[in-house]
Amino acid sequence: MLRAGVAVLAGHWRRHPLQLAMAVVGLVLATALWTGVQAINVEARASYARAAALLDQDRLARLLPRAGDRLDEADFVRLRRAGWLVAPVIEGAGEGADGRRLHLVGIDPLTAPPGALTLALAEGATLAAFITPPGRFLADAATAAAAAGQLPGPVEVVAGIAPGVVIGDVGIVQNLLGAEGELSRLILWPDQPAGLPDWQEVAPDLRRESPAAAGDLSRLTASFHLNLTAFGFLAFVVGLFIVHAAVGLAFEARRTGFRIMRALGLPLAALVALAAGELLLLALLAGAAGVALGYLVAGALMPDVAATLAGLYGAEVAGGLALRAEWWAGGLAMAVAGTLVAAAAGLLGLARMPALPAARPRAWARASGRRIGAQAAAGAAGVVLALTATALPGLSAAFVAVAALLLGAALVLPGMLAAALALLAGVVRGPVAGWFLADTRQGLSGLSLALMALLLALAANIGVGTMVASFRLTFTAWLDQRLASELYVTGRDEAEAEALRAWLAPRAAAVLPIWSVEGPLAGQPGEIYGVVDHSTYRRNWPLLAALPDAWNRVAAGEALLVNEQLARRAGLAPGDRLELPGGARLEVAGVYSDYGNPVGQAIVAAARLSSLYPRHERRRWAVRVAAADAPALARALARAFDLPAGAVVLQAEVKAASLAIFERTFAVTAALNLFTLGVAAVALFASLVTLAGLRLPQLAPVWALGLTRARLARLELARALMLAALVLAAALPLGLGLAWLLLARVNVAAFGWRLPMHLFPADWARLGLLALLAAAIAAAGPARRLARRPPADLLAVFAHER
Amino acid sequence: MSARPPVPRRAVLAAALAGALGAAAPAAGQGFAGLGGPAGGFSLPAPGPFAFPADHGPHWDFRVEWWYLTAVLAGPDGAGLGLQWTLFRTALAPGRGAGWISPQLWMGHAGLTTAGRHFGAERLARDGTGQAGVEPTPAFRAWIDDWELAAPAPPAPGGDALDRLAVAARGQDFAFRLRLEATGPIVAEGEGGYSVKSATGQASRYYSQPFYRAEGWVDLPAGRVAVAGLAWLDREWSSQPLAPGQAGWDWFGLHLDDGTKLMAFRLRDGGAGYGGATWIDPGGTSEPLPPGALRLTALATETVAGRSLPVRWRLELPARGLDVTVTALNPQAWMATLIPYWEGPVAVAGSHSGRGYLEMTGYE
Amino acid sequence: MLLAVEDLAKSHATGEGRVEVLRGASLALDAGQSLALTGESGSGKSTLLHLVAGLDRPDSGRIRVAGQDLGGLDDAGRARLRRETLGLVFQQFNLIPALDVAANLAFQARIAGRHDPAWCAALARRLGLDALLHRWPEELSGGQQQRVAIGRALAARPRLILADEPTGSLDEVAGEAVLDLMLGLVAETGTALLMVTHSLRLAGRLAGRVHLAGGRLAPC
Repeated sequence: MLRAGVAVLAGHWRRHPLQLAMAVVGLVLATALWTGVQAINVEARASYARAAALLDQDRLARLLPRAGDRLDEADFVRLRRAGWLVAPVIEGAGEGADGRRLHLVGIDPLTAPPGALTLALAEGATLAAFITPPGRFLADAATAAAAAGQLPGPVEVVAGIAPGVVIGDVGIVQNLLGAEGELSRLILWPDQPAGLPDWQEVAPDLRRESPAAAGDLSRLTASFHLNLTAFGFLAFVVGLFIVHAAVGLAFEARRTGFRIMRALGLPLAALVALAAGELLLLALLAGAAGVALGYLVAGALMPDVAATLAGLYGAEVAGGLALRAEWWAGGLAMAVAGTLVAAAAGLLGLARMPALPAARPRAWARASGRRIGAQAAAGAAGVVLALTATALPGLSAAFVAVAALLLGAALVLPGMLAAALALLAGVVRGPVAGWFLADTRQGLSGLSLALMALLLALAANIGVGTMVASFRLTFTAWLDQRLASELYVTGRDEAEAEALRAWLAPRAAAVLPIWSVEGPLAGQPGEIYGVVDHSTYRRNWPLLAALPDAWNRVAAGEALLVNEQLARRAGLAPGDRLELPGGARLEVAGVYSDYGNPVGQAIVAAARLSSLYPRHERRRWAVRVAAADAPALARALARAFDLPAGAVVLQAEVKAASLAIFERTFAVTAALNLFTLGVAAVALFASLVTLAGLRLPQLAPVWALGLTRARLARLELARALMLAALVLAAALPLGLGLAWLLLARVNVAAFGWRLPMHLFPADWARLGLLALLAAAIAAAGPARRLARRPPADLLAVFAHER
Repeated sequence: MSARPPVPRRAVLAAALAGALGAAAPAAGQGFAGLGGPAGGFSLPAPGPFAFPADHGPHWDFRVEWWYLTAVLAGPDGAGLGLQWTLFRTALAPGRGAGWISPQLWMGHAGLTTAGRHFGAERLARDGTGQAGVEPTPAFRAWIDDWELAAPAPPAPGGDALDRLAVAARGQDFAFRLRLEATGPIVAEGEGGYSVKSATGQASRYYSQPFYRAEGWVDLPAGRVAVAGLAWLDREWSSQPLAPGQAGWDWFGLHLDDGTKLMAFRLRDGGAGYGGATWIDPGGTSEPLPPGALRLTALATETVAGRSLPVRWRLELPARGLDVTVTALNPQAWMATLIPYWEGPVAVAGSHSGRGYLEMTGYE
Repeated sequence: MLLAVEDLAKSHATGEGRVEVLRGASLALDAGQSLALTGESGSGKSTLLHLVAGLDRPDSGRIRVAGQDLGGLDDAGRARLRRETLGLVFQQFNLIPALDVAANLAFQARIAGRHDPAWCAALARRLGLDALLHRWPEELSGGQQQRVAIGRALAARPRLILADEPTGSLDEVAGEAVLDLMLGLVAETGTALLMVTHSLRLAGRLAGRVHLAGGRLAPC
C-alpha cells in the first residue's frame, strides 16, 4: 500500500518534471543565497577572531599613550622594572609590491603573553632567526607574496595571521618604521603579580584601554554583517516563495490522487508521512546542491567583501574561502526548515482533507479572495509596525522597520493588485479586455507569491540603488570639499618635513600643516587635527551646522569643530563643550560631515594642538598650488628630496582611490541585488509555468467561443507585463521608503552619519525596463507553449472529468 | 678533574630557551638546543686566574652563563623551606648590540618551596633595553624586571663585590627578599676555576660562593614569614658545554651541619652514567673527588607532573666516612617553566646531618 | 446548404498507435433544420462535431459551413467563424470561470460585435436565469450552467448550433427541461442544430438523425 502511495506521489513528478524542476530550483537558489551570505559572514568573523587572537587585540587590556600615537620605550622598561607584566607592540604602515598596503606589527616574543603568538612563532621561524637582523617576518600566504622582497628578511607563511598584517620583531620593525625607541602600545598580561605599585605612578603618560573599548572594530563590522544577513534572509524568503508555489501547486494538482488513495484505504497519517518524506528528500537533495552553489557565490563575492570591510572599516579579511562543516549543517537545516514552512499549508490541507470531494470543487477560488483580504490586513499591521519602529532609536529598531515594511508591503500587494484590477475593469470597454482583467484578478492568488517576490526584489533594488547613488553623489561632492589641497606631502622625520616646507613655500600658494594626535573623545577612540587659519578651510570645509563666526573662534584657539559621527555619538551641537584628552574643554563651533571615517574627530587650531600636545607628529603638509602645476611640482619635490613612493600624494589620485574604495564597498550589495532580482524572475517563471497547465479550464471556453490560441498567448504575455508594471508601480514608493530608512536610520545607527537622499528617475526607468523584460522572458515560454498547444488538450477540458 | 657535572645542568635550561620558542626544538640526542655543536664564533674557556669584579659580570662572547642562588631556610617555628633565584644569559651570537638588536637573551627563574607548597615563576627578557642585565661595578647588580640580586653598596676595601647581597623576586602568589652575607671565601671549581667537562675536552669557567648566611622574609598566601638560613651562589660560563647522548642528571648541593659543603652529581646516559663530587671544608678548601668515589642510590620515587622521580636518595662516600639519606622536603617541587625540571630543598640524615638543594632534570 | 461534410477522415494518436476515428463521413444540413448525431461511446461523434466547429482539423475531406470551406481558413478565420456563425454547447465546463452569469451570457455576442441587450435579457428570461445574472459559474448547478451555455450560444444569433451531449451531465428531469428550452428556442429563431447524443430517445425529438459507426455516417 505504501509502495503504491510512493508510486502515485512519484508518478506526479514524472508527469510534471517542470514542476519538480521549479521546486528544486527554488530550494537550490534560496539555500545558495542564504549559505553564500552566511559563508561570507562566517569567514569574515573567523578572520577577525584569528587576527584578534594573534595580536591579543580584543582579549587583553592595553596601555596607550595619552597623546599622540607613540609611547617612549623607556615606559616599557620602567613598568617591567616595577614588576608589571607588559609586552611591547609597535605598529605602522609599510608598502608591499604593487603599492599594496602592509600593516607592520612588531612584537617581542619573550614578553608576549602566552598563547597564540608563541604558536605563530613555532610555526614560522626560530626565535633566533626572528629577532636577529635582518629578521624573519610572518604573514598569511597572500600577504607574504605581496611583502616578498619589500622587507629586509624572508617572509614565512603562517596560516591564520590577519590579511595585510606582517608580524616581525619589535626592534626590526622599529628600525623599518624609523621609530627607534618608540612603541605603539603595551599589552597588559591578564594575570599580574600581587603587590605591584600603581602603574600610573610609574608611567603617567599612558592610559589604559580595556578590552571592551578595543572591540570597536567588531562593533562596526557587526552592522555590515547584519546588513549582509538581512540580504541573505531576504533572498531566502524570495526563494521560499518559489518553493511554496511549486509545492502548493503539486499538492493542488494531486488532490484527486490523494483522495482516491484515501478512498482505497491508505490511512491519512501514512499519506501525510509520505508527503512529508517526499518533501524532506527534496529539501535534502536541493539543499545540498544549494550549499555547493552558495559556496561558489560566496567565493565569487568574497574578494569584494574583503575589500568592503577593508575600505569601510579598516578590517582586513582574507579574500579566500574554506568550505566549513557548519555551512553544510546550516544550509541543509535552512533548506529543510524552509521547505516545511513553504509546504506547511499544503501538508495541513492534506491532513484535514476529507475523503470525499467537497461539494463545490472550485470553492478555493472564492476562499482565495478572503485570504487576500486577511493577508492585506496582516500586511497593514506590518506597515504600522514599521512606522512605529522608525520612530525608535538604534540599529535593531531600524532593521525591524526595514523588515516590517518589506514584509508588510509584500502581504498587502495582492489586495492592492486586486483593487487596481477592479478599478481598471470599471474603466475598460470591450468583452475581451473585461474578461482579461477579471481573469487576471481571479488568477492573482496563484501568482501572488511570485509577485511578492518580485516586489521585494524590485523594492530592494530601488532602495539600495537609491542609497548607493545618493552616497556616491554626496561623497563625491564631499571629497571635492575635503580634499581641497592639490598636494599632500609627508616627511620621513620632522627635520625633513621642515626642509620640505621650506622648499615648497616659494613654489606654492600655501603650505598648510596637517598635524594630528589620537586620543579618546567622549570616551571613544578619536583623533584631533590641528589646522591653520586659511581660506582653503573657510571656503571648502563641509560644515553641517556651525556658530556664526566658527572659523574665527577656531583660529583663535577657543573653539573646535567635530565630525558628524562624534556629534551624534556624544550628542554634541554647536555651542556645547567637549573635553579633549588632557582636560582642556573647548566649545564646539561647528559640525562637519566626515563620511567613511569610523572614529570621532575634532579640529582645533594648529597652535592650540601644539600647546596641548607638544609631542605630536609634525611631518605632513597640504600644499595649495595651481591644479595643472601639481604633478610637475610633485615630481620635482620627490626628485629634490629623493622621497619614497607615498610621501607625495596628488589630490586627484587620492580622490580616485577613495571613490574606488566606495565603489567596491557597495559592489557586494549590488551583486546581491542582482541575484535577488534574478531569483524573483525565476519565481515568476516558475509560477507561470506551473499555472499554465491549471489555466486550461479558464482558457478553453474562451478559445471555443472564437479567440485564437495565438491571441490568448498574446494576452498571457500582456498579463505578465501588466502585473509586472503594477508591481513596479508599488515597488517604487516602497523602494524609496526603504532608501529613506537606510539613509536616515540604518546609516545613522550603524555608521554615525546621515546622507541626503537624492532621486534617480533614470535608474528607475532602467530597472522598470529590466523588470518588464524579466516578466516578458518569464511569460514568453508558457505563452509560446499555449500558442502551439494541440486543440485536443483544450478540447479535453470539455470531455474529461478533471 | 671536574668539580661540576660534565653537562652543566643549568646551561641546558638556559640554552634550550632558544629551541623551545623556535621551530622544532632539536632532539635530545643532538644535545639540547644544539649546544652539542661547535662553538661557532664564540670564545672558548681557557685556564687562568679570575679577574674580579669584572668576572662577576657578563661574558658576552660566551654562549651561556648564569648567576644561580639557592637558599635553605627556616621560619620562626623552625619549619624548613627553600628558595632559588637564577638569572641565565644565552647568546644567539657573540658580542652585544644596541637596543633590541643585541643578540643576548635573559631568563629568570624563581622558586619557593615549603613542606606543603611549591611556587615557581619565570621571566624572559631581551638584552639592550635595560629590562634585564648584570653590572659588576660600581656595586654588583643582576636583574630581570623587578627581580634583583644586588649589592647594597660598593664593596669595602679588600672585600669582594659579592660579599654582601640582597636578593628579591616576586611571582603570581609569592615573593621573597633576603640579605646575604658571606662567611667564607669564593671557591674556584675545577683546576683553578677551569672546569673540564668531558673526555673530549669541553670545559667551562666556574666559581662558587657557598658560604652565605641568609636572613629576610618570604611572602606566602597566608602572609609574610621571617626566615633565616644558608645560601649558595654558583657562577659559570661556557660556550660548548654539552656532550651528546646524555638524558639528564641528578645534582646535590649540601650544607652539612659541621660547616662542610658537599657538591655531588650523577649524569644519566643510559649506561653506567658519570658521577663526581667536591668536598669543601668549612675553611673554604676544596677537594675534587674522582669519578666513582661517590655512590648514589635512589631509594623511593614519587609521581611528579606525570613523571616518576626519585625523591629519596642514599649517598655513600667511604673515603670521608659519609653514608647519608637525602630526603626531599616537598616531593612536588616541580618548576613548570619553559624547560621543566625538579628543584627543591632536602634534609640530610645518617652519618652526617644537614640541609641542601637537589636538582633533577631530564625525567620524561 | 448550411452545412456540408464530405468524406471526412480523422485519426487520433493513442498509446497503441493511431486509431482511425472517421473514415469518410459525410452529411448535410439545411438552414433551420435539426439533426441528431448518434453512435456508440467512442465512435467519433464528438470528434466530428469539433471538426465542424473548426476546433480541430481533419486529415482529409471537406467541411463547408455557410458557404465557407473550413479547409481554406486559418486559425483566425475559423475563430471568426465560431464567433459569428456558430453557437457551441458542450457537455460541461462551458462557462468562463472569471465572468459572472450576465457576462458569460453576453460574452460571445460581444466578441462577435452584435451584442443586443434586449435579446440577451429576453433569453435570460426565457431560460429562467433572471435571478442568477450576478452569480459566478461555480455557484450554479449543472442544469443552470447548461442553460447559461445555451443562452450564450443563442445570444450571438448564430446560424448553426453545435451541441455535444448538452444534457449528458444532468439527471433525467433537468436534462429534459434543458432540452425543451433549447429545442424551443432553436425552432423560434430558425437556427439550425447539430446535436451529438448517445440517446436514441433524445435523438427522436429532432427532425433528422444520422448514425456514426465504423467511422462512417448512415442516415436512419
